[in-house]
Parts: sequence; structure tokens; C-alpha cells
Amino acid sequence: MSVLISAKQNKKYVPSKIKESNSYKVFKVFNTILMIIISIATLYPFLYLVAQSFSSEAAIIKGQVSIFPVDFNLVTYKSVIAKGDFQRYYLNTVIYAVLGTIASLFTSSILAYPLSKPHLRLNKFFGPFIIFTMYFGGGLIPNYVLINNLGLRNTVAAFILPGLVGTYYVLLMRSFFANVPQELEEAGEIDGLSKFGVFFKIVLPLSKPIMATMTLFYMAGYWSNWFTAFLYLDSREKWPVAYYLRQIIIGASTSANPGAANAETMQIAANIKSCCMVLMAVPIICVYPFIQKYFVQGMMLGGVKE
Amino acid sequence: MKKEQAAKTKKAKQEPLLRHIKRNWHLYAFLVIPVAYYVIFRYIPMFGNIIAFRRYRAGSNIFGDEWSGLKYFKQFMGDQSFWRAFKNTLTLNFSYLLIRFPATLIFALLLNEIRCLPWKKFVQTVSYLPHFISMVIVAGMVKELLSTNGPINKLLMSMGKETISFIALPQWFPTIFVGSGIWQGLGWGTILYLAAIAGISPSLYEAATVDGANRFKRVWHITLPCILPTITTLLILDIGGLVGSGGAFEKVFLLYNPMTYETADIVSTYVYRMGVGSGNYSYATAVGLFEGIINLVLLMTANIISKKTTESGLW
Repeated sequence: MSVLISAKQNKKYVPSKIKESNSYKVFKVFNTILMIIISIATLYPFLYLVAQSFSSEAAIIKGQVSIFPVDFNLVTYKSVIAKGDFQRYYLNTVIYAVLGTIASLFTSSILAYPLSKPHLRLNKFFGPFIIFTMYFGGGLIPNYVLINNLGLRNTVAAFILPGLVGTYYVLLMRSFFANVPQELEEAGEIDGLSKFGVFFKIVLPLSKPIMATMTLFYMAGYWSNWFTAFLYLDSREKWPVAYYLRQIIIGASTSANPGAANAETMQIAANIKSCCMVLMAVPIICVYPFIQKYFVQGMMLGGVKE
Repeated sequence: MKKEQAAKTKKAKQEPLLRHIKRNWHLYAFLVIPVAYYVIFRYIPMFGNIIAFRRYRAGSNIFGDEWSGLKYFKQFMGDQSFWRAFKNTLTLNFSYLLIRFPATLIFALLLNEIRCLPWKKFVQTVSYLPHFISMVIVAGMVKELLSTNGPINKLLMSMGKETISFIALPQWFPTIFVGSGIWQGLGWGTILYLAAIAGISPSLYEAATVDGANRFKRVWHITLPCILPTITTLLILDIGGLVGSGGAFEKVFLLYNPMTYETADIVSTYVYRMGVGSGNYSYATAVGLFEGIINLVLLMTANIISKKTTESGLW
């Protein structure tokens, strides 16, 4: 908690206004300009994409589109949204993201909670046991072989299980849980809650900031994931939208792709590609500002004490 | 509170392990599912690396069929494509690190100098955003922006230069790789620095101000030394990833093509092509294992050096 408290104190600290040297004024102007440039440079690709998605194909080919749409129209959106394939991919993504996030949150919180209890003696073993996996992993091929051997190919589980628990996230949650007042948990036990009850009825509700953060992190992870689908989901009906995007954006240029024929996908027009990208990015962009304040807090808590 | 916990730990040590487990069985019960997960999906693949020393045929047991000794290691040691991929991994990761590391630190310090809170929040919100965007979309953006009729080429044309097909030219790949990485990760990389800066006691700054330090001196003599542990931690982690794929795999995989293999093919994409692509599972595993172990060694070395010089490390 110490970080947050001092962060608050920091806000109260008003820098003395006795004298602001000229060089500092110059610096301030320079800093503001630099920040404006960085903001524009960050936003430009998004704006360009949005402008393209509302423009006609002809205008894009002529290279007339910058950040404002040329020949503004909604035809592309209508045709993409009306496409049965696209709807299915999008729905798949939503299903996978929701299922995956719930499973991930559950598994990582029940792992982080015991790890946050210093009196548990076996934590001396379980702590390093999970942390080691941050630095050394099985690698692509053994994982691939494992999923195939478990018979998970072409199942939703193959999409969700490989990345179910993020060890770094567990460590963040652990630091958060460690700061939940012990007295509250003990009071809950006295009132007749079991240890499970204490966790689900006291600790979790008090941990909304970190849970919101984790929801965003996990959800964004599942939402963006195309590679797991690429490895394990063969049938088109199971593709998430990210994999579909990969197919239409990258198309035939990656020849080593064992996937289906891409010849026809290479021809897809820039406005359709942009439209699909915008539609995929929109949910994350909408949710993210609301959760930002939580994840900055969460990262601060967990990150500083390494 | 800490004393209490210390006392508790001490008390717990006195009782036999079995009784300790029995008394806390609820908490240990929580661990069953996650630990099973770690065993199956993290540790079994680690041991699955044994197929680098055995012959694996598609569909056979996860640990392979029969011993083949170091055959696959010898094979990739003499393989030109492997060494090209190895060199590219180092070049791409190292140049990215070299630019990103100071850039994030400086950006964090500059962000911290903004006194107008809404403006600061706006810049932060904007700069964190690309971190959450799928690599597929990032790759798509890169391709659109760099396409022959995209804005970059339009700019070149307006300056009277010829258009460049960036995506097809190997000499441009490192620039694209580093540039898109900075675009996506600059803001996100500042979070931990800003957290560390927020944790510095304001009294230090007050004292320095009284002593007549200007803003630049305050940053140099207080902020930087105070966040040094964070800087080293992040640097160690980065060094540990120099040979690894990290987030590079997805981006390279989405952006490279046979024309740019020369500068773009990295170890992990090579492993993918050899293993999943061509079915040489044992060979690809040997390459992947080699990569993983080099990384682990790098990480441990960086950690030891850091502990000796700055007394802070990862563990």
C-alpha cells in the first residue's frame, strides 16, 4: 500500500513557485510540443485505419485518404457486418474471450490467494515453482505436441488452456491480496465463514481494482490471440476473428502457412481490411479507458516491489 | 503487522509439516487446480524437450520413440539457416533494446514533468493504448501505412523520391521491427518507472529545492538514483530476452515473407517452420531448447552482475 499512499502525498506536494527559471520555461514548451507529437504519432495509424474503412476503394488506391475519409460511405461496414462468416468469427471471439477470461480469473486468483499468505510453509516451494516458468518454458514444439497428444486439437480448450494463467499477473494479484487487512478475514471467520467463504465473500469483493485489471489483461489477450487458433483450430467455423484477420491481412505472403488456400483472400480490398480491423479493435478501445485507472494502480502495487 | 506475521511463521515452523497442512488444508486445496495446470501445461512441455534427444514421429508419445543422442544439435550447428536466424534474433532484439530502453526512461521522466494533470492523463491514455491492440492489427496497420500507395510513400513522392516497397525489402525489416515496437510499447514501458517515481519521498525533493537544486539537478540527483533498482530490474529482464522471442515472434511471423527472411527470420519463426511447418519436430525442439537455455544463462548472468554491482536483482 505504501506506494499508493506516497503517490497521494506526491499530489499534495506543490512545487515551489518562487522562481521558474527561463530555461525551465523553454523546457516546458519543448516538452509540450514533444508530447503533442508523440500523441499524434500514436493516434495517426488508428485515424488512418478508420478513415480508410469509411472511404471508397478507388480513393484508397489513388492514395487520397489520410485521416479524413474520401467518398464517405457505410457500404463496407454494412457488407462486412452482414457477412455470415464474419459474424461467426466475431461471435466465436466473444465466446472464447468470455469463457477464457472467467477460467483465467478463477484459476489465477485461487493460486494467488494462498501464495499471498506468508505463513503457508509450502509457499517456499510453490512460489519458485511458478516463478521459474516465467524464465524458462517448454517452447513451441513440446507445447504443440502436448496439445495434440491430449487430443485437444480443434477444441475450445486448445485455444484457452495454453495461456490460462499468466504468472506475472498472479504475482500482481498476490501483492494485492497480501494487502487485504488480515483483521477483516479473521472477523469473517469468527462470523462463521469458511476459508472459502472468506476468500469469495470478503477478499474478492475487496479486490475489485486488481480483478478489473486482470479482466482487461486476460480479455485483451484472448481477444487478440490468433496464433493458438492458427496452431490448433483447423475448422473454419471455430476461427476467432483475429485469425480471420490474419488470413486477410497477411494473405498469401507467408508461404510456409499450412492453412487453407489464400489466393482469393489476398485480393481483399484495403477498405474491407481496415473495416475488419476497426471492428476488432473497437471493443478493447471502448473498455480500456474505464479500466485504465485500475491497471495503473495495479501495476504500481505489484511492479515496484520486485 | 510484519512482526505478527513473522511470529506466526515462527510458530508454524515448530509444528510438524503434516499438522500444518491439515490445519491449513483449505488454503492448500486452493492450490490443487492451478498447480495441476502448471504441471501439465508448463512442466510437462519442459520435460517434453527431451524429444530433442530422441526421435519423434508425428502422433507418437510426447517423449518420443528412441534415443538419438546429440544428432539434432549437431545438425543445426552446421545449418546456415539456423545461424542466420540466430544472428537476426540478436540484431533485432538488441537494436530494439538499445533504442527502447533509453526512450522509455526519458519519456517517463518527461511525462513526470507535466504538471497539468488532465493533459498528463491524456498523454498517458493515448500512449498506453497501442499495447492492447492485437499484433494482427498492428501488422495490418504497418502494411497499410507502408504500402506503395500508403501515406509514407505518398510523403516520399511529394518530396520527389521514388516509392519503396518496404515490406518486400530485407534492408528495411529491422527499421520496421524497431519502429513498430516503439510505437506499440513506448507508453506501456513507462508505467513501472512512473510507479517508482511516485514512490519517492517528496521530502527528498523539498530538501533538494531548499539546497538550491534546479529541476534538472533534482531529476539527476534524486529521481534517477531512486529508480535505479527498477531500471536494473527491467534491464536484466530485457537482457534475458535478447536471444528469446518474447513478443517478437508474432510480429515477425506476421510481417516477414520469404523475400525478407535474410534479415527477418528469427530463431522462433525458424523453429515454427521446421517443426509445425515441415514436421521435423525433434530438430525444431533442439533449436528451441538451445534458445531457451542461452536465455536462461543470459538472465542469470545479468542477475549476478547486477547483484554484485547495484545490490538489486530479480531474486
